[in-house]
Amino acid sequence: MRRLILIAVPYLWLLAFFLVPFLIVLKIALSDYNLSIPPYTPQLDLSAGWQGIKDFYDALDFENFTFLTSDDLYWKAYLSSLKIAVISTFMTLLVGYPIAYGMAQAPDEWRPTLMMLVILPFWTSFLIRVYSWMGILSNEGLLNKFLLWTGVIDQPLIILSTNTAVYIGIVYTYLPFMILPIYAALEKLDGSLLEAAEDLGCSRLSAFWLVTFPLSRSGMVAGCFLVFIPALGEFVIPSLLGGSSTLMIGKVLWEEFFSNRDWPVASAVAVVLLLILVIPIVLFQRNQERQQEAER
Amino acid sequence: MPQKVFAPWDDPQEKPLIQFKNVTKRFGSFTAIDNLNLDIFEREFFALLGPSGCGKTTLMRMLAGFETPTEGTIQLSGKDIGGVPPNQRAVNMMFQSYALFPHLSVWENIAFGLKREGKDKGAIETRVSEMMRLTRLEKFRNRKPHQLSGGQRQRVALARSLAKAPKLLLLDEPLGALDRKLREETQFELMDIQEKTGTTFVIVTHDQEEAMTVASRVAVMDEGKLVQVATPDRIYEGPNSVYVADFIGDVNIIEGRAHQTGDKVQVIWSESEPPLMATTQKNFSLDQKCYMAIRPEKVGISADRPTAANALKGKILDIAYLGNISTYHVELPSGHVIKAQEANTRRIARRHFTWEDEVWISWTDTAAVLLEQ
Amino acid sequence: MRRFSWFNATALTLGFVFLYLPMVILVIYSFNASKLVTVWAGFSTRWYGELMRNEAFLDAALVTLKVGIVSSTLATVLGTMGAYVMIRAGRFTGRTLFSGMIYAPLVMPEVITGLSLLLLFIGIGLDRGIVTIILAHTTFSMCYVSVVVSSRLVSFDRSLEEAALDLGASPFEAFRLVTLPIIAPAVISGWLLAFTLSLDDLVIASFTAGPSSTTLPIKIFSAVRLGVSPEINALSTIMISIVTVGVIGASLVSKRAAVKRQEEERAAVRT
Repeated sequence: MRRLILIAVPYLWLLAFFLVPFLIVLKIALSDYNLSIPPYTPQLDLSAGWQGIKDFYDALDFENFTFLTSDDLYWKAYLSSLKIAVISTFMTLLVGYPIAYGMAQAPDEWRPTLMMLVILPFWTSFLIRVYSWMGILSNEGLLNKFLLWTGVIDQPLIILSTNTAVYIGIVYTYLPFMILPIYAALEKLDGSLLEAAEDLGCSRLSAFWLVTFPLSRSGMVAGCFLVFIPALGEFVIPSLLGGSSTLMIGKVLWEEFFSNRDWPVASAVAVVLLLILVIPIVLFQRNQERQQEAER
Repeated sequence: MPQKVFAPWDDPQEKPLIQFKNVTKRFGSFTAIDNLNLDIFEREFFALLGPSGCGKTTLMRMLAGFETPTEGTIQLSGKDIGGVPPNQRAVNMMFQSYALFPHLSVWENIAFGLKREGKDKGAIETRVSEMMRLTRLEKFRNRKPHQLSGGQRQRVALARSLAKAPKLLLLDEPLGALDRKLREETQFELMDIQEKTGTTFVIVTHDQEEAMTVASRVAVMDEGKLVQVATPDRIYEGPNSVYVADFIGDVNIIEGRAHQTGDKVQVIWSESEPPLMATTQKNFSLDQKCYMAIRPEKVGISADRPTAANALKGKILDIAYLGNISTYHVELPSGHVIKAQEANTRRIARRHFTWEDEVWISWTDTAAVLLEQ
Repeated sequence: MRRFSWFNATALTLGFVFLYLPMVILVIYSFNASKLVTVWAGFSTRWYGELMRNEAFLDAALVTLKVGIVSSTLATVLGTMGAYVMIRAGRFTGRTLFSGMIYAPLVMPEVITGLSLLLLFIGIGLDRGIVTIILAHTTFSMCYVSVVVSSRLVSFDRSLEEAALDLGASPFEAFRLVTLPIIAPAVISGWLLAFTLSLDDLVIASFTAGPSSTTLPIKIFSAVRLGVSPEINALSTIMISIVTVGVIGASLVSKRAAVKRQEEERAAVRT
């Protein structure tokens, strides 16, 4: 009996606040736009019994999805989200790997401190971290001032409100997600493997490429997915650092919902975004499982 | 045709393959190796034996090139190798953890060192196949390390370190991770491979039985110093100190004062008991403190007084039955406990002695070794 | 014995400069006397004063704290139950769906979670306000709590519980007297994580908040959308300081506990 309660409470909570809302999104995505509030039809009328369910079912269609394909805006937004997520994930990897490597090579007594320094930004507000770049990247911001002062440029660079600023923002905010799994993989690496490689004739550099790098691959893959998956649906970064030309699907969904109040289309956008995300999520899961298996 | 005994260390003409000359290694204020001199000869199977922290691993890592001596020189074939990095030494190492590359197959692991030399594909394939045949790994060519048993991993590690045909192979506790039965089999396999390839092996171990089994010579180390370097039988039968006698095998130590006449020594060891007799080549001054070391298997046990040079009466305190042999712990009136071993040639039900029995223990005057320290 | 090589030292220095410089600049400019955020006009605490007088911000901060405390507490209870169900309850119908629902919110884009919850609240006619934000935050942060607690439960020696049962404890007593004290650090960090996520959340709160219940992130977002503002710099500085003191304090406490434990173990060996 107690076991039943133990299972039922979190189960029902998740059903009510996770699964049911998601089914509602799916239903609305298949509904028609209607200016009444709530602005969509059909409404499921259970009091009408079986006929009500049938009417409801008959009225569902894929019109909103057809609309998504017919309007340039949407597929351009998906493509540009993908592009931004891929490029910024790669950039995060380039920045994060040397840091993770440096941490793993650091003297033992330094590691807890370095670890704390990486985790600390994670506890500070995401919004504030994104915001902190606005003052740096703006036209009369500190970066431009600095570059003008050193004489590298004579015209301020326009960075804020461009995709470049979005890349910087994503790299900056998601860097800990990249560093931690790579660090975990590198730290587990048995030092005698590198000695064995050297013993068998490798130089330091070739030992890195032949042993360290391939053995940290699962960490890199995990880090890339941990950055890519949230970056794809990102809203705050493109809306604060990006410009009007920055198309990201999270922003489109937001605007569709709050500005155009077109709930069915917003829901359809959400459903497609989820479908796109299923692939990396499944790949990520497989990577984690394979890693656990290898550790056994 | 008389078989020539392999003993290059007794031949003054022989040039050693490795020479440690006054080597000292310090880590900060800790001295791991203390002014050590050692010669190791070609084709030897040389064992470094000692408790953990005695410096044996440091000695080996200096040979591999992972540590450099603080003072002194190490020569390989007459050349100082102090400044040569590990990847340019004709020395390979088999790691205690095996250090197999988990992302590479058995074949790739074995070929790793050969590929670094830039050999052509055919030569690598031939050599790897040869190594896999030697270590009986042909069937596991494409497996990854985690798909192998402990014994198979051990063989991959051995094949990988032998593939480059090093002048010297270092083995760091190579059998430590194997269970007892497999370890014994593998010891003979190692000796076999060492003989076939003619490579010089230096093995580090803390297991004295392993060292005795495989090695042509054993070096017993303690606190960064070599205590004794000799063949296994010399180490066992003629230890040069209580430390060595105690470290290798089981031993009874009786402390006393020496009264020497010629090669005979009387050892005064107890107020109430007669002195014990021993022979020695060493010279002891009158009343010099000495230790009599006697192996349990050389101590006889009987119900009646025997005629041997040393005979003592005591009471059986404990019996350790080990199947093939039994060890009797006999307490003497003086409080000493002497261990005596008997082979169990009869079934247990017909055993002579049991607890609390009054017995005589005895040994000849040549059975014991007299030690100064 | 290891030292930093020049490469590692450079990588770490540049990396941490990149991670911390923007926040340091933010903190410095919060003490700027000028309204123009990029021109330094001398030291001043003027913006902190203005912030303290800004009723709207104070109200939003209060709402955020309320939401954070209530939702993270609920999430900790539900999440710990969820973790226990996943690791200990064995097989039951719908187990796959259950673990799917625990993990899915972790990778779900916030915009989708927010949108779906909003549609639910409208569907069942629940007025948007502080209650709806709490429900939303509880749902997504309970999953994080579950993951944190279950990773501790996996490594938990089950024979301890069995020993308690063997000595006559009821299953609930075994949980309360044995399991809970041992997994407590994971439960506490789960709560802290849930609390931080709640304080931090903009997107889900934007969807589920009503006009009367604005949280601090919503307020900050609508302010900074228009550009950099010195008041926000001051607010950010306060938030960064609280987190820094908290994290450093927590790590010092845990380090001291570890040192103490080591000493006790060493003392135990000696006697």
